[in-house]
Amino acid sequence: MQTAQTLEQYKAELRDSLDNEFLRKTLDNFAVAYRTGRENAFKGIDLPGLIAEIAAAKDDSVARLDELYAEFKKNAEAIGIHVHMARTALEANEIIARIAEENNCKTIVKSKSMTAEETLLNHHLEDKGLHVTETDLGEWIIQLRHEGPSHMVMPAIHLSRYQVADLFSQVTKKDQDSDIQKLVKVARRELRVKYAEADMGISGGNFAIADSATIGLVTNEGNARLVTTLPRVHVALLGLDKLTPTLHDALRVLRALPRNATGQQITSYATWITGPNECGACEDNKKIMHVVFLDNGRRALAKDPDFKQVLRCVRCGACANVCPVYRMVGGHKYGHIYIGAIGLILTYFFHGREKAKHLVQNCINCQSCKAICPAGIDLPRLIKEIHARIQNEEGHPMQGQLLGMMMKNRKLFHGLLRAANWAQRPFVGKGQTGGRFIRHLPMVFAKDQDFRALPAVAETPFRDLWEKGLKQEINPKPGQHASMKVALFSGCVHDFVYPEQFVAAAKAMAGKNAQIDYPMQQSCCGLPLQMMGELPAARDVALQNLLAMDPAEYDYIVTSCASCASHLKHNYPKLLEDRPDLAFKATQFAEKVIDFSSFVHDVLKVAPKTGAGKKVTYHAPCHLCRGLDVREAPRALISASGNEYVPCAEEEVCCGFGGTYGMKFAEISNTLLQKKLDNIVASGASVIVTDCPGCVMQIRGGMEKRQGQKVEVKHIAELLG
Amino acid sequence: MTKQEMVDLFRQKAELVSAKVIPIASMKDAYAYAIDACVNKEACQLLISGCGEAISDTAGALCEQKPAPRIVAAPQLKDKELKAFTKLTEERGIQVLTQGMRQHLAGIDVAFTTCDYGIAETGSIVIDSASEELRLATMIAEVHVAVLRLKDLVHMAYDVEQQLDARMKKAPSYMAFITGASRTADIERVLAIGVHGPLELHILLLED
Ligand code: SF4
Ligand code: SF4
Repeated sequence: MQTAQTLEQYKAELRDSLDNEFLRKTLDNFAVAYRTGRENAFKGIDLPGLIAEIAAAKDDSVARLDELYAEFKKNAEAIGIHVHMARTALEANEIIARIAEENNCKTIVKSKSMTAEETLLNHHLEDKGLHVTETDLGEWIIQLRHEGPSHMVMPAIHLSRYQVADLFSQVTKKDQDSDIQKLVKVARRELRVKYAEADMGISGGNFAIADSATIGLVTNEGNARLVTTLPRVHVALLGLDKLTPTLHDALRVLRALPRNATGQQITSYATWITGPNECGACEDNKKIMHVVFLDNGRRALAKDPDFKQVLRCVRCGACANVCPVYRMVGGHKYGHIYIGAIGLILTYFFHGREKAKHLVQNCINCQSCKAICPAGIDLPRLIKEIHARIQNEEGHPMQGQLLGMMMKNRKLFHGLLRAANWAQRPFVGKGQTGGRFIRHLPMVFAKDQDFRALPAVAETPFRDLWEKGLKQEINPKPGQHASMKVALFSGCVHDFVYPEQFVAAAKAMAGKNAQIDYPMQQSCCGLPLQMMGELPAARDVALQNLLAMDPAEYDYIVTSCASCASHLKHNYPKLLEDRPDLAFKATQFAEKVIDFSSFVHDVLKVAPKTGAGKKVTYHAPCHLCRGLDVREAPRALISASGNEYVPCAEEEVCCGFGGTYGMKFAEISNTLLQKKLDNIVASGASVIVTDCPGCVMQIRGGMEKRQGQKVEVKHIAELLG
Repeated sequence: MTKQEMVDLFRQKAELVSAKVIPIASMKDAYAYAIDACVNKEACQLLISGCGEAISDTAGALCEQKPAPRIVAAPQLKDKELKAFTKLTEERGIQVLTQGMRQHLAGIDVAFTTCDYGIAETGSIVIDSASEELRLATMIAEVHVAVLRLKDLVHMAYDVEQQLDARMKKAPSYMAFITGASRTADIERVLAIGVHGPLELHILLLED
């Protein structure tokens, strides 16, 4: 739960989590095990096809929620189910309390329901004097501890067996062993009594099938079966987004949900309940059944063109499982009630701006969640959009405004970078891991930035080198036939910080008869602006770049910065979609964008010079491996360069750079970086290459600060020259 | 997919979640299997379901409701079948229950049921559980022995979608997909079996 009032308080809470060794170790193990489990579970299934089908079907349902609700209600009432619509969380709680009162229910057993967590149902019922027991083991544990869930599927993942044993000792008033198998059996026995006594059972629901009025429940423990069987009354509480037209839609989601959640083919139980079934506790042997649908903003969300896709979510929890930030800080700090990437978004809509405003800043934009989501939700982009919305509502911080103003004016921005070169001169020195660094951080940088050495701004930016002779050097001689026309997009870091890398990249493309241009009006790609929630400024620079290079003139737009590449390709069309005069150009532009490794390996088919036979490992930039789905080309290039590619553990996990993220959340950035460096050193390589100057900056900066073994850090282009 | 491939896949997936899959030739074999499973159970297997743990006095009181000899619940058996089955169980000192499961919430030894379908792709059995006695039996028993006729084994859930849909539309309906025993990983992600339902699932594959 989010209680922090200020960003500073939030950061202090994050620090506590980073210091929690048990949590860190558990989540680390989980993150690694989850990936293998999931991969195995989906073997033989066309996953992209399945995701596309789920997304399309969900979109269709979301577009006609009211219609599906009416259909469900009609069919349900025909078979004796009472159906309710709750507009707000409070209304849902009141409806359920009223059902309890009308049926003279005093004790309640519950099976897991995130929707009930959303409405804080237990508090409400307990305030009314009702006795509520959660029966899902994890939920029961956190209920006894008066906590919220820290994961949507494994709510008590933050707790150790010792904590559970202590808790159970209090509950049973007997000393408990910390053996997990025994603890589970204690829970079995303790909870069995609760079912036997309960008057009412409350369940959630994974599906509400409209054409048969069936509720679908997916559980491993089987508690939902007892909850819906033993007590006299059954109340199912579901978000409106769980409405689905037919059984087929539910079975389709069921193919993905357990596999994606925990790597299981299917959960132990999938239960389908249609209407009031036999119930020996009722006089007429017939269950009293109520279904409560919760709106709480969902109907409005369904009409929001940008955000309606969040209603596709099937609550598998995977977007937390793969999130490097969740892995560092856990669910209590990476969500309010819903956690993980989707939690950041839902918190804003279901629990308000105050709860969401710090959370949404804590996304490093690594794209892992997007890549794993079975419903194909573009989570990172939506998180940034919420960040932007909150800033629009609350006012933009000075920092972002200044950055926006500066970057919109290319001449000013580039002038400042050139000036920085002069200002930093007395402080610059050569590093041991490649490149030049600023030796003493200027005072403007906080102490917490000290975990990585900061690169110096280059003496001569790429654009000047280009004009001064590089252009002639690498282009076909006049009169020679050009096989294709290419525009280079450098991005700011390559232009002003590491021009030598981009020179290497340009040279690697020479000799293949490509006509290569470097359009001078190009500027920052705008991703840092989007990251800071400065959308109008991000739109502005996108426009400038679009005008700087007419995509109709080029066969390819090549960039050796993974972040730029993915931003140009995926976000430009989105940013300019409501400009009918430019939307087409933006799409054309996006189609021509290609990353450096794919271009030289797949298009030019460059056979690089024989390298030095070194052991070279690789760091896969988030925006390349997930953003652009490029995986083979860079590794093939390493081998083709005459070096030996040695794999590194967790090659595709974020290095912690994240542009301005590393400034704001330095400790998380550093924790990610240290892990990355450990893995690099352990690989035994003498060189680490990557496809993004931002990652070079982070990894090289961190390596430079390390004592002992230093691995050389390069952009992959530098391996080929 | 041939029938044999389907059987292999079913077995593989069911065993992955530690269900046992045993081919049998006749219903008589199934009766014998269920009875053996009951007799051969650890003398007091209830131990592993929690009676031996230090539970609270109220929870312990429920255990005491469990009457002595071993119990097999066979809520679907009727008339002649039931007679034949009871004859076999009596010889072994086992009590047969076809109703009154609510009086045995502390637990019974074995639930003996049939299945409506089997789904090879996930190793699941499908049981129409509209009968409350059947539903409870398959939750409170420590061992669930279920007979699946080969003819009812299909490849994917989609393959029985129409049949299931038809049953659902004849409400009330309570349909259960069961895959392996009841499980949890809620404490430190360590797998533990039998958190609420059966500790073991045995599927008897009956050749027609
Ligand atoms: S983009 Fe990365 S950091 Fe952001 S929520 Fe998704 S997984 Fe987490
Ligand atoms: S957003 Fe996607 S990955 Fe996250 S819980 Fe929902 S469905 Fe799963």
